[in-house]
Amino acid sequence: MRSLFYMFTALSVIALAFWAYHENYRTQEAQARASELQREIAHTRQRLRMLRAEWAYLNRPERLRDLVELNYDRLELMPLEPYQFGKIDQVAYPRLETQPLTITDPVDVSNPDLSGMRLLPGQIKETSR
Amino acid sequence: MIRTPLRPLARILQARARGENPDAIERENIRHRHEEMQGRARTRAEGRLLVLGLFFFCAFAVIGGRMGVLANTEPAEPRASVAGADILAQRADIVDRKGRILATNFETHSLYVQTEELIEPERTAEALAEIFPEMDKADLLAKFTGKSKFHWIRKKLSPEQKQAVHDIGEPGLHFGPRETRLYPNGRLAAHVLGGASFGREGVWAAEVIGVAGIEKYFDERLRDPAHGNQPLQLSLDLSVQAAVERVLAGGMTLLNAKGAAAILMDVQTGELIALASLPDFDPNDRPRPPTEGNPSDSPLFNRAVQGVYELGSTFKIFTVAQAMDLGLINASTVIDTRGPIRWGKHTLNDYHNYGPSLTATQVIVKSSNIGTARIAQQVGGVRQKEFLGKLGLMEPTRIEMVEAAGVNPLWPSNWSELSTMTISYGHGISTSPLHLAAAYATIANGGRKVTPTLVRQSAPQRGEQVMSEQSAARSMAMLRQVVTEGTASLAEVPGYAVGGKTGTADKPKERGGGYYEDKVIATFAGAFPAHDPRYVIVVSLDEPVETSGSEPRRTAGFTAVPVAAEIIRRVAPLMGLRPEIEPGRLTGITLASE
Repeated sequence: MRSLFYMFTALSVIALAFWAYHENYRTQEAQARASELQREIAHTRQRLRMLRAEWAYLNRPERLRDLVELNYDRLELMPLEPYQFGKIDQVAYPRLETQPLTITDPVDVSNPDLSGMRLLPGQIKETSR
Repeated sequence: MIRTPLRPLARILQARARGENPDAIERENIRHRHEEMQGRARTRAEGRLLVLGLFFFCAFAVIGGRMGVLANTEPAEPRASVAGADILAQRADIVDRKGRILATNFETHSLYVQTEELIEPERTAEALAEIFPEMDKADLLAKFTGKSKFHWIRKKLSPEQKQAVHDIGEPGLHFGPRETRLYPNGRLAAHVLGGASFGREGVWAAEVIGVAGIEKYFDERLRDPAHGNQPLQLSLDLSVQAAVERVLAGGMTLLNAKGAAAILMDVQTGELIALASLPDFDPNDRPRPPTEGNPSDSPLFNRAVQGVYELGSTFKIFTVAQAMDLGLINASTVIDTRGPIRWGKHTLNDYHNYGPSLTATQVIVKSSNIGTARIAQQVGGVRQKEFLGKLGLMEPTRIEMVEAAGVNPLWPSNWSELSTMTISYGHGISTSPLHLAAAYATIANGGRKVTPTLVRQSAPQRGEQVMSEQSAARSMAMLRQVVTEGTASLAEVPGYAVGGKTGTADKPKERGGGYYEDKVIATFAGAFPAHDPRYVIVVSLDEPVETSGSEPRRTAGFTAVPVAAEIIRRVAPLMGLRPEIEPGRLTGITLASE
């Protein structure tokens, strides 16, 4: 019984030592990988910053202006002018594909400006409110 | 173990036979036994002490050994922490109000030489002189063969140059990594940004420090690693700034001006949307400050912030606004404009003769010096000085540029009645265009003081109420009339209801002794839209002359005003300002308070 116990203890010590070393190597591996990733991140960030700087450089107003002038024939870009502002009601309302309205009960109006027009009952209600 | 009995029968019987006390035997035996026990206990205790001593020795040895090891190892960054996120750049970026980059960092290399590692100094010197045209072969060779073992050759290399140097294949040439400041937009907003250069330099790294402008003002903030990944956001708008600089440069060329400055400022927040000064420079290659001549002629000189000029008639509105605020006059009060006013040996006169009298509005619209001087006489010097002080015209602006703190407006130490009268129309007091913009913004902001700033703000300023809202609104209405029917008629931009005032001031001679006849500073200061002011614009031209007519014209109405109008036309849509129909004036209604 006793020898069995000793053997078991010895074996478990060996097993634990194996496990501990194994974990140790795994940790070292993970750390090495982490530092490599860290380096990679730093490198990518560096590259990103470089690209941003390049983007800013390529988009500098001076260059864009020259490009616009060079490509005037094709693009016809001009500086933004005040009259180019529009209003939402200048945009045509999208046409709805619905059944044509059946106008059954037109009402005469007395307003001389609108004498040529016929209003629908619904619109009368709207204005008389 | 054999245990000796305490009372061995044999010895007791013998002792009894001899008539001795048998207890003595027992006691002797007890003593023996105790001695034995003591001996055993001692050995055991000694053994324990030994073990303990050994343990302590080992523990101390381990600690000592570890300390020795730690003391001798190279320091290493902790690997588990989330490094890399914060320690990104040596210096934070600067971006505009929409996040577009104005200044960033750039990886590059410096070049240095270790002369003792050089194999062919002569060939190296020749090759370097070929790559870098500014270097001289003989100089380089003298360096390489001299006593010193280390020389810097260049602080910055472009990638092509680096490759070319690499291709020389000389082991004595070394590259050091460098981070340099890059201004991708070149000359754009050069005066605001200032520039950067290297501070302390080592082989492996160099400090990047700001040398001027906002780079120097916020140097600590930009270098602080805690803010490394948070860019500094300015109030400038890149596209607006570009448009302003473009129009201003065009105007300066057309009008043969020596220099020009333009300021565009948000009325409510005090944010400077554009700040331009011409001539400018490239902050990537900042020129050295001039050692001789007038420093204000250098491109480094920021006319908008550093230039202190007499800004002329643009000041008139302050006088009238104050007089209205004090209740001395209202817009239709008739002012005596018979001239000239004589004061000692001085005579104050108008540009034209405007007749015997004008209303207060017309004084501003026609820009009458005499009328303004008469109003200023009513206000008095003490109150005038106090009011101009409240508008911020007597102290340096607190804008975030290192140059701004040293720009003191100039005004007479003896504020006499003559000074009061001349200052009322902007002569005898010198301020920077930025001061003027801030003061106009105060009027446009309903009389609340506005402090200009270059840093993006999130909320309107709640400044001190310098004048009543009503007086400010009436002053704006007067400024609007200057454009619709007065000296600044060319500033009319359909849809934007510009209101503003022109100012043409003769330039004082540098060596004193009066003013130049044919050199002026032409200024336009205004706000738009006048009925609901959003932006203030100041355009100042140095020595402009308009030569399209039969005789050269120098007044601001023909020089600064068209430039300002063109700037407004270009930038107002860029800022998303929709053209509006100005609310009409109600006719037939007179306010009871007027």
